[in-house]
Amino acid sequence: MAMEAQDIENLIRATFPKAKITITDLAGDGNHYAAEVIDESFRGMNRVQQQRAVYAALKGKMDGAQGELHALALTTKAPE
Amino acid sequence: MTTTTAQDQIRETVTANDVVLFMKGTKSMPQCGFSSRVAGVLNYMGVDFVDVNVLADAEIRQGIKDFSDWPTIPQLYVKGEFVGGCDIVTEMTLSGELDQLFEAKGIGYSKEAADKIREANA
Repeated sequence: MAMEAQDIENLIRATFPKAKITITDLAGDGNHYAAEVIDESFRGMNRVQQQRAVYAALKGKMDGAQGELHALALTTKAPE
Repeated sequence: MTTTTAQDQIRETVTANDVVLFMKGTKSMPQCGFSSRVAGVLNYMGVDFVDVNVLADAEIRQGIKDFSDWPTIPQLYVKGEFVGGCDIVTEMTLSGELDQLFEAKGIGYSKEAADKIREANA
């Protein structure tokens, strides 16, 4: 079961309403995406904490039992 | 084997070994692009690490995600601390933060190899 780029953005947007979110479809199979999330809430967080917050926003869609989203290359940072 | 023993087994592994990579496949036979990239970087940089093939043990595969509250594989641990997955380790390699981490934790690695990786990706 694949996911659409818009689904991913909506899930992340629900947790990060003011973030700048860019989703790139890497393989066209609905399973390999790159996501860049730039949000003020990341300031002062290290990368693991930032990405953990984004994975939490994806609520188990990542490599979960259904494994909807096998590969999501994540880049996170606070606005420059 | 209940998950608690998986948690104990994981805790023992990451505390008993300086560098541990929970991955899909093994360091010589990785079975996933992301795991292969991290194992490849560590091998290239001459880092001595223990590879744990999560595909060989479903309890460990789920247990490691609970242990670190991180949903994906691979997962790199240095001196018992979770460092990150493929994206973070790649970013740290290119930024030089991985070198600093290894130096701070007294982990042997080849600075020359790390510089070569950065040159190749510049």
